[in-house]
Amino acid sequence: MKKFHKTLALALSLALCALLLAACGETPAPQGGAQDSTPADGAVVIKIGGTGPLTGGAAIYGNAVKNAAEIAVEEINAMDGIHFELKFEDDQHDAEKAVNAYNTLKDWGMQISLGSVTSKPCEATSAETYADRIFALTPSASSTAVIELDATADPVTYKDNQFQMCFTDPNQGSASAQYIYDKGLASKVAVIWKNDDVYSMGIYNTFVARAAELGLEVVSDTTFADGNDTDFSVQIADAQSKGAELVFLPMYYQPASLIFNQAKAAGYAPAWFGVDGMDGILTLDGFDTALAEGVYLLTPFNADSTDARTVAFVDKYQERFGDIPNQFAADAYDCVYAYYQACTAAGITADMSAEAVCEAMIAQFTTMSYDGLTGDGMTWDATGAVTKSPKGMVIQNGAYVGLD
Amino acid sequence: MNFLNFLISGVSLGSVYAIIALGYTMVYGIAKMLNFAHGDVIMVGAYVCFFAISRFSLPPLLGVLLAVLLCTVLGIVIEKLAYKPLRAAPSLAVLITAIGVSYFLQNAAQLLWTSNPKVFPSFLHFGETGGVELFGGQLRISYITIVTIAVCVVIMLALTAFTGNTKMGKAMRACSEDKGAAQLMGINVNTTISVTFAIGSGLAAIAGVLLCSAYPTLVPTTGSMPGIKAFTAAVFGGIGSIPGAFLGGLLLGVIEILAKAYISTQLSDAIVFAVLIIVLLIKPSGLLGKPINEKV
Repeated sequence: MKKFHKTLALALSLALCALLLAACGETPAPQGGAQDSTPADGAVVIKIGGTGPLTGGAAIYGNAVKNAAEIAVEEINAMDGIHFELKFEDDQHDAEKAVNAYNTLKDWGMQISLGSVTSKPCEATSAETYADRIFALTPSASSTAVIELDATADPVTYKDNQFQMCFTDPNQGSASAQYIYDKGLASKVAVIWKNDDVYSMGIYNTFVARAAELGLEVVSDTTFADGNDTDFSVQIADAQSKGAELVFLPMYYQPASLIFNQAKAAGYAPAWFGVDGMDGILTLDGFDTALAEGVYLLTPFNADSTDARTVAFVDKYQERFGDIPNQFAADAYDCVYAYYQACTAAGITADMSAEAVCEAMIAQFTTMSYDGLTGDGMTWDATGAVTKSPKGMVIQNGAYVGLD
Repeated sequence: MNFLNFLISGVSLGSVYAIIALGYTMVYGIAKMLNFAHGDVIMVGAYVCFFAISRFSLPPLLGVLLAVLLCTVLGIVIEKLAYKPLRAAPSLAVLITAIGVSYFLQNAAQLLWTSNPKVFPSFLHFGETGGVELFGGQLRISYITIVTIAVCVVIMLALTAFTGNTKMGKAMRACSEDKGAAQLMGINVNTTISVTFAIGSGLAAIAGVLLCSAYPTLVPTTGSMPGIKAFTAAVFGGIGSIPGAFLGGLLLGVIEILAKAYISTQLSDAIVFAVLIIVLLIKPSGLLGKPINEKV
């Protein structure tokens, strides 16, 4: 009896350890490696570094950013003036690996940074860039924790050298509520969100707050978490029984694909509304794109746009990588061009220290206005958050179609 | 009607836990070791089946057979390389090795197949809704649930018959009672334990296919969380007891879904594990487990 107890106690404590470790289950994979572009002789060459998931569950985002940044760097290096050298390291969407990757970049002599692609790693690397006085502009890490220095202070303080090209999560949440209200998509709304993820929770909080102000009724509010993210029957039944006409899904595309699947099986067909994490669902291996038919999502970039710069970028991206670029790619392209504009205006030279570049960039970004693929007249305030207007998209016949 | 629907959801989730728990409990019952790599063998089985069906367009049944075959071989290899050298070592060493094997399999899967999620082909999905509808469509039981439960029952009966009636089965029971004495009686303990692992891993492949048919998303960590929940189910039902694993799995699934539906979607896992703790406090050997009295 005693022995049995011991074995069981041991086994249960190990199971608990395994549970804790399960969250860190993302594991090593081949190195993404550096993609060095060769600088022209005699030109001013600025070293740009960035980290992102090139392998792992979020690899679709990291690769989009890396690919688009490479295109932008190549275009800029073909012109006169400032040239860039880009090095992009794999962080596998893991904060610890992102810091290691960041240190590799620092040793390489990075002068300005693209931060990290996803929120949690970028929170970690932004603390490093802040301490090391290296300017960082993240294409896509949208959590407010990325730009905040001390969220508990009153008023909240911000890192002065961390900027974002994408909307912050709170902006996504309130913009989504506003969009649903403005377009009259629904009056009764359900939200399914992931309660152990800052990204999902950040969007959820502001969505609900904005919805209350606008008089959108949130009839169903349910959550899930890691390890509990396979069965959504309860969440779907709750939304269905309370008559939600639209379900808002602030999450990444993998759980969303299961929700679409199970909602179809339950015979529930509301309007679905996603955020930028939904981008990528159409390229999920083996996914029946018919399930995502009619899904709305708010994104700052529309690959179908007839704008000349967008068309040129989409063509070039498709030719080189065989995919239609998503908004992560467009944000990364914009980041590099925003750097080009800022570096040119500030007269940055190759021999300037990262710290001197940092001060010059802060001065530029807080005063300049930038026109890019993801919006015209983008501006940044001292917090590092961007101001631009989102575009509504809907999935039709397995492709994203712009609504505006 | 909502309650019945939740109950059905609970049973479908529970049936998946049950089928994984059967493998856990069978290996524990005989080899007296917790094979924490079981959940990852499940993942390998699901990947093999996925590639057989999606990439090589084999018929689904052949894909499942191939998965069972490869996982059986994998189980034997793991046992030979990782566990057999530790036959005389303390159980803690074996347990830690099992966790090591689990991480090895996850990492190897990520290297081989990347961790981009894959959507498992729905070959158990027939007709418009993929299920039986009752009361004019108000209740729906999916075919996957029916198949999972049927497979569970068949495996349960087959395992009971196998351990009860065949020569190998008797050898297994003898090993589980006393390895030393079994060896003295002329039973080849090593072969017996290898066969146990082979069967356990074959069952894992079937569990993997059914898990991914019910919840069609496949990444290298797919097996780990269901594996831990199924282990919980096996302990809940009384580890080592084959009907206990089935009962424990079903109850765990039902409790999880009902906790989500009627208490809180945020706390469901906490509630599930709290129930486990309470059951173990009241009945330390699990629901159907036999208390073992060891003479000192």
